[in-house]
Amino acid sequence: MRKSLLIISRQAPWSGPGAREALDIALAGGAFDLPIGMLFLDDGVFQLTAAQQPKTLQQKDLSANLQALPMFGVESLYASARSLQERGLAENPLTLAAEPLDDAALAALIDRYDQVITL
Amino acid sequence: MKFAIALFSAPHAPSSRRALRFAQAALAGGHEIVRLFFYQEGVHSASSNVVTPQDELDISGEWRDFVREQRLDGVVCIAAALRRGVLNAEESQRYDRPAANLDDPWALSGLGQLHEAAQVADRLVCFGGP
Repeated sequence: MRKSLLIISRQAPWSGPGAREALDIALAGGAFDLPIGMLFLDDGVFQLTAAQQPKTLQQKDLSANLQALPMFGVESLYASARSLQERGLAENPLTLAAEPLDDAALAALIDRYDQVITL
Repeated sequence: MKFAIALFSAPHAPSSRRALRFAQAALAGGHEIVRLFFYQEGVHSASSNVVTPQDELDISGEWRDFVREQRLDGVVCIAAALRRGVLNAEESQRYDRPAANLDDPWALSGLGQLHEAAQVADRLVCFGGP
């Protein structure tokens, strides 16, 4: 049986290539039809906010790449409810259908996966 | 046990040394390392151009000797490496750059190698990262 992998993405989209590189692992896994999950944690939840203006930072828009996750078969998407709350994003619409999870649910989620990569 | 080891930090970061010592201990304990995969800042840990003061640990040099002597599969992510200026001879020619800083025993390849290693291994152990 194929091992499942949870990618925990903790970087803001404009803090360097970290967020993009975490996403690339998920997309590559999806392309190989592997059971991949993605959890947005800490500043990683900023990747899910709408109406970002990366052009003002001369950055490429990560949102379009994030939208590719379901197309690559990566549909197990989660966000830390606490991380959203701490950053004032709890009431904001998210650009991806990421399920907000409380801390206890996060622990259970991580436990469900065979392997975890945190970036 | 079969281990896949991923490294996300530069050679001067403590986690690069920890990953190396873990890998050495794994082999010493009779375990197998199916692959080393260097990603993000970890690509610098494979650079052959790191010069360390004589009285300090030369971690990238130790990595190179270890991978060579143990005949391990040492893979450096090509996309992460190109972005950070870690190129082998082939890539430095392809992009018309004046120097190469990645050499034997390291191979440049894609993220599929990380996934494949994770599938084959009993444990994926990651070092470094944010």
